[in-house]
This record gives sequence, structure tokens and C-alpha cells, in this order.
Amino acid sequence: MTVLEQLTEAIKKGNRNEAKRLTQEAINASTGARQILDALVAGMDDVGRRFQCYEIFVPEMLIASRAMKEAMGLLEPLLVKAGIKPAFTAVIGTVQGDLHDIGKNLVAMMWKGANFGVVDLGTNVPAEKFIAAARQHGATLVGLSALLTTTMPAMKQTVTALKEAKLQGLKVVIGGAPITQSFANEIGADGFAPDAASAVEVARKLVAVA
Amino acid sequence: MNPYSELAITDPNDLRFGVSPKPLKTRRGMTIGGGIVYPELNFTLPNMEITAATMPDVLAEYRQMITGALSRAAELEPPGLVVEFETLPPMTQVPQWGIDVTKVLADAMEDAYAKHGLKSVLRATPNDTREFERPPIMRSGVLWENMLKTFGGCADAGAELLSIESVGGKEVHDEALQAGDIQQVIFALCIMGTRDMKFLWTNLKKVADRHGVKCAGDTACGFGNTAMVLAEQKLISRVFAAVVRAISAVRSLVAYECGAVGPGKDCGYENPILKAITGFPMAMEGKTAACAHLSPLGNIAAATCDTWSNESVQNVKLLGGMAPTCYVEQLIYDCRIMNAALAEGRDSALTLQRWMVKSDAGLDPQANVLTPFNSIEIAKAIVTAPDNYAAGKAAALTAVRLLRDGYAAGNLKLAPREIPWLDTIQNSVEEMPDNESKFIGQIMGAVDTSKFVAKDYLL
Repeated sequence: MTVLEQLTEAIKKGNRNEAKRLTQEAINASTGARQILDALVAGMDDVGRRFQCYEIFVPEMLIASRAMKEAMGLLEPLLVKAGIKPAFTAVIGTVQGDLHDIGKNLVAMMWKGANFGVVDLGTNVPAEKFIAAARQHGATLVGLSALLTTTMPAMKQTVTALKEAKLQGLKVVIGGAPITQSFANEIGADGFAPDAASAVEVARKLVAVA
Repeated sequence: MNPYSELAITDPNDLRFGVSPKPLKTRRGMTIGGGIVYPELNFTLPNMEITAATMPDVLAEYRQMITGALSRAAELEPPGLVVEFETLPPMTQVPQWGIDVTKVLADAMEDAYAKHGLKSVLRATPNDTREFERPPIMRSGVLWENMLKTFGGCADAGAELLSIESVGGKEVHDEALQAGDIQQVIFALCIMGTRDMKFLWTNLKKVADRHGVKCAGDTACGFGNTAMVLAEQKLISRVFAAVVRAISAVRSLVAYECGAVGPGKDCGYENPILKAITGFPMAMEGKTAACAHLSPLGNIAAATCDTWSNESVQNVKLLGGMAPTCYVEQLIYDCRIMNAALAEGRDSALTLQRWMVKSDAGLDPQANVLTPFNSIEIAKAIVTAPDNYAAGKAAALTAVRLLRDGYAAGNLKLAPREIPWLDTIQNSVEEMPDNESKFIGQIMGAVDTSKFVAKDYLL
């Protein structure tokens, strides 16, 4: 098994010491930053797939995600030097008036694992803050979460405000317990993620057509 | 001194629906826990904004909900009805809005009594809005003051029972669930949570006394039910969620130590354990709360209930009528069966209870920890522990032992991926120090302390 294959395996197992050691070994061997990154993402993709198939739980995925984070800490200077950026940047938050954040946190974790740049604005986020963050970070995706029926109007207002801001190529994906595809259609959101497990796929599809 | 150093109910056959050692009498003459199970209806707004401009519409919506539900209830003649008004956050942030809704509900309930003789009691559950600040300011500030104003105002407007779904400790608990970290769960529930509960419920008791109403109880909804919903979505282990439920009883118990008298809040699935400890009546919700959230506890939840709730339903039109009207009917029929069994005597009640328990307990660990026998085992572990920290550890280890026993005896089905979690949890709890202050010293280095105000938790 090559070092990069071993690195992928270490991520799958969530072994962060091993992931760090192998990343450093690959760097020392002058392996390209892109190749190392691809090995890490391949590990997380597998973890995401097993999570989606209900083979593992969030804590196991979180352990893998932490291993990837440690490895990325070593790799990041090389990525910057090589001009390699995250696949794209996403801004995520729970809409104004709503404090629920577990679903939003899970989506953020899934997106980070897929090597999206993620700016997490937290909960109770007003529309203008989403717009400012999307503009500041050159985001291509905004993720909005709501758990209450009474904050669904705030979601609609945020989507409308984001569309009116005319940020180039920006796509908006929404989710949360009371949210449906028909609500997404009604308020003009570009995508709807029914759960955290599907959020990566939904985001990738949206950005691919952006 | 801890008022609960021994159990109020020690025999599993005495831990059953409709009967509590310390029943609660209401102004209208309902005796909750006195041999009858009462329906407890809760409803909420459909998709709409709550602002000063929309408040007339909000009040009209609540008026429609309560009038429709009471009208149907009067036709079905239940022995009484509990109505719960769980405010939406703006109604606690602007106390007058919550008070206005309370008045609408209380007036309609008085009207139904005058016209139809329908006895009812109103439970008000203002939001714990302290978490609107991040990190939450738990012991002062406008949000806290408005919470207290809402409680007092709702009491004056006709709410006889006060409850809350408090959030102290949630700052750490959410991440602990995602990480599957039982030590952080115990820190959040049994150290942060219990300390906040003591502060909160001491103050709520003063409000209740000042306004001549009762403190009913709290719930670990934001903790145990978050775990349950995550487990239901296959995001975390069901075994882990079951153990969280057992530990959560330590936190919810503090409300009763501070003067709450039941009925415990409906979404507190830890209530069977609390009923065994305190002897106070408890609200429960199960199959008839699927309108609000799914659960693996549909039948077993009723096994020890004194009021039977639907948790919450939006005011939407169903084929049978508006949803709150449909749900009051469902609850009343659920209660009729339980009350028919109670009327036949203890043996019939125990037979029905056995079916409720048997139909769920073998299929999910979260149901399994709530059988009357297991609830009493966990309750015993809690009351014999010297402090809340030790109680949390004891509850966790007892729950793991009961689940292992159930699985080994073939009485509990567990998916293969669940099994390693029993060892993970047990090993993690057994690694914890005996001493609370030593544990706090360790855990404060592991949790994200930027997410909470340590001094508000006396840390």
C-alpha cells in the first residue's frame, strides 16, 4: 500500500496521529500537495458514504473529520504556496429568530470533510450578515437552516435578500425539519437538502451548474 | 439537604399510569395522578410571523385553535383537560404578547366550563430565551427579566401550572452528543445543568408563590430529546441516547427539589424515573405526539403517565378538521382506554400497562430504560448517590448494565453497530474521577469554554 493509500485509510479509521505522520511523510517525499489533498478527501468521501449508508454514526465521522483537520494543518502551507484553494467556499447559518444549530453543524462538518471552505455564522443570523459574509469570502454557496415553522418566513426573507444582492454565481441551499422541496421552490432557493448526509451531494450538484 | 434520598415508589407495579402517591388538585377540581389520566393538548401557530403588526392575527389563530378543540372536547366529555400553551420565542421576549395569548386561552376555557361544565387547567411554558445571547447570560439581563415577567403575567392571566424547557448546559451538550462523549454529557447535565436548574427553579418558585400558582416541572427536552431525534435519524447511537435519557433525570429532578409538584412536562421522557423518585404526577407523550416528532417510545411512554399529551401540533387543516381539534379527539380516546382499565381495577391497569411496555421495550434501548422496573433501578441509583455528579455516573452505569442484561437475556434487540457503544460508554464513565472538583478541573480543559459563561455555572 502506498503512503497516500495508507493516508486515505488513516482518515477512514479516524486515526489522527497516523494521518499526521503519513501526511508529513508524503510532504517529506515531495509528493504534490494536490495528490495529498486528494488522498485525504478520498478518505472523507468514504466516511461520508458509510455515514450515508448508516454504517457509522456522527461521532465516528467527527473523529475522521478531526484526523483530516490535523493533516490539513500540515498541508495548508503547501496548498497556499501551490495556489490550491478549497473546491469552493460556503457560508452557513441558522436564520434569524432560530437558535437550533445541530443540523447546521452537521452540514458544516460534512462540507468541510468534502474540502469546501466553510464560514459558519452560527445561529439567529440576519439576512444582511449572510450577504456580507458571502461577499467578503467570495462564497459560491449559502446554506440556511431553520427548525421552527415561525422562522420559515425569515428563511424566505433571507433567500429574497440574497437574490436581490445579485452575488455572482451564488447558490442558496436550505434545510431543517419543517423545510420541504416545495417550500424551497416557493421561496426561490436553488436547492434543498433533506438531511445532513445528502448535503454534500446537493451542494456539489448546485455548484457544478453554477 | 436533598429531599429525595429515597424513592416514593419502590415496586414497579406501583409505577403506573393515572396513579401517583402525591396527586395534584387543580382549582377546577381535577386531581392529576388521582386515578384518572387526563388529555393534555398543546398546539402552535402555522407558518406565520409574530410581530406587533401580526399579533391580532396571532390571537385570532389561538382563539380559533382553542375554541375548536374545546368544542370537540365538550362533545366527547373527558373528565377534564389540560391545555398547554408553549410560547414561541417572541412571546417571551415581549411578555405582553405571551400574556395576551394566555388570556385568550384562559377565557375560552372558562367559557367552556360555564357552558358545558368542561373542567380544564392551563399550563404555561414560556421559552428559555436566555440562549438568544451567545454565550448565554444565564442569571441576569433583559432576556432573563422578560422570562420572569412572562411567567408572572401568564400566571395572572389564568395559567395555573408553570413549566419551562430550560437550556442550562446545552452549550456543551449539543457538541457532546455529536462527539459521542459521555463525560461531557455528564458535565453538561449533572454539573452545568443542575446548577442552572437550582438557580432557575428557585426563582420560578418565588414567581409561582407570588402569583398563587404551581410550579409543574421541567424537561431535558433540549438534551434527551435532541439525542433521541438524532438517534432516530441514525446520526448517533440509540444506546448512547438511552444512557443520556437516564442521566438527564438527574438534571430534571432539581425542579422538584426546588418546589415543583408536577405534572412534569410532557416531553420529559425521563419522567417515569422522576415519578418513582418524587411521587408527583407526570405528563408524557408518545404515539399521539408523532405530529411533532418521531420516537421509539410510542406506547411505553403512556405506561406511567398522569396526563397524556400530543407535544405540539400546528394549526393546519386536516381531513377531520383543524389539527388541534383532531388531536384533542385522539388524546381523549387514548385516555378513555387507560381510564377504562383504571376503573376496572389494579389488575386491568397492570394488564394494559404490560402491553404498553411489552410492545416497545424489546425493540429500542431508549424504550427499554423506561420500563417500570428499569426506571426504578435508575431512580435508585440516582437517590443513593451522594451528589449530582455521582448520580449522573451511577445513572449511566445502571442504564448500561440494564441494557446489557436485556440484550443478553434476548429481551432487547440491538443492531450490531450499537454493541460497541456499551463498552465505549462504560469505559468512559469508569475513567472519570470519584471527585467532582477533580472532574471539573479535567473537563474544563476539554470543552469549548468560549460557549458558556463559566461564572453563571459557578465554575
